[in-house]
Amino acid sequence: MKQSLAYLTDPLVKANPITLHILGICSALAVTTSVSTALTMSCALTVVLVLSSAMISAIRHHIPTAIRLIVQITIIASLVIVMDMFLKAFAFEMSKRLSIFVGLIVTNCLILARAETFARQNPVWPSTLDALGNGIGYGIILLIVGTIRELFGAGTLLGFEILPLVENGGWFRPLRVMLLAPSAFFIVGFLVWIIRSRRPEQIEQPEFRILGHDETGEA
Amino acid sequence: MSDLFLSSVFEQNLALSFFLGICTFLAVSRRFESALGLGIVMIVVQTISVPVNYLIFQGLLVEGAWAWVGLPEVDLSFLKLLCFIGVIAAMVQILEMLLDRYFPRLHHALGIFLPLVTVNCAILGGSLFMVERQYGFAESVVFGVGSGMGWALAIVTFAAIRERLKYSDIPRGLQGLGIAFVITGLMSLGFSAFATGGMQ
Repeated sequence: MKQSLAYLTDPLVKANPITLHILGICSALAVTTSVSTALTMSCALTVVLVLSSAMISAIRHHIPTAIRLIVQITIIASLVIVMDMFLKAFAFEMSKRLSIFVGLIVTNCLILARAETFARQNPVWPSTLDALGNGIGYGIILLIVGTIRELFGAGTLLGFEILPLVENGGWFRPLRVMLLAPSAFFIVGFLVWIIRSRRPEQIEQPEFRILGHDETGEA
Repeated sequence: MSDLFLSSVFEQNLALSFFLGICTFLAVSRRFESALGLGIVMIVVQTISVPVNYLIFQGLLVEGAWAWVGLPEVDLSFLKLLCFIGVIAAMVQILEMLLDRYFPRLHHALGIFLPLVTVNCAILGGSLFMVERQYGFAESVVFGVGSGMGWALAIVTFAAIRERLKYSDIPRGLQGLGIAFVITGLMSLGFSAFATGGMQ
């Protein structure tokens, strides 16, 4: 029981797929201009991730090693096509706003990485929990970035006005730069900084140490 | 045409303004030489894959493409994801065999980057953008070349900055990944500056 819980909770902060493993960033940054797109994207990704992990894990003894990548990608791509059509049918506006990024879940390295490193070697139940944990860990980062960008870029959250805008008689002037690409990079960079300050074991060691004025290299 | 080329290199840079291929972008930019190798592979694969995918999409998948065999209502465009991935994977494989046969030294140098390109979202993203923006054949060729070059330019510049960064004094928590993101953000600011200046 404790072990199953660890599968689920580890990827939330401790081994977060985005901030520790740099997986799945491509789509993560592009859809975070607002909370609603971030939320839809995380749900879509989590569903695909859980289903693909469960399926790959269920047939893991029957996939020949030589063609496993093709099999895995075919499973993932089929799930993504279903997800894409589902969004088009029930949330057409949202699927227009996500544009090509739903399709790009296929090449999201997070899904293939979980399939390769975990689902291929573990039974169905742990793989499902692991996939769910990773999906949620991915979603948390997306939501944090999405909240910051929408709140300061447009003064709203999920479309509701939180900070009163100047044009509506309030005081808040939206920071347009938050809606542009560079802000996403900065926010994720600083998130990584915060997480690593709290968890020093994640810090990458520098290749060279900077010496002080009175130190020598031999010391 | 030249507008499209310049905007796909700078303003609409796949890596810096659409975040495509950022995973590879961050992982393979520790050394300048490897970044250059990957950049060249990206240009080649992107230049071939976007037009090839255009032909396949228009010839086989789009609604009405099967009219000549008497099936005008067949619309296979939902299969585009699977087809594009297949085309890209096959092309990378062929490219690998050709290089191995005729340029073994180049193949040896690029070795590990070729398979990596298959799962690079910039390649698939380029083809999907081509469909979404409804480019014609000539435009898709220009877009393929331009976006490949833009991606290569971004990663080579980034790797060069990162090499200098090894000697700088960075706060401990920001080392590695954190500072890489901040630099990418700054580069993205620089590239997006081309959007308003100079290009009209």
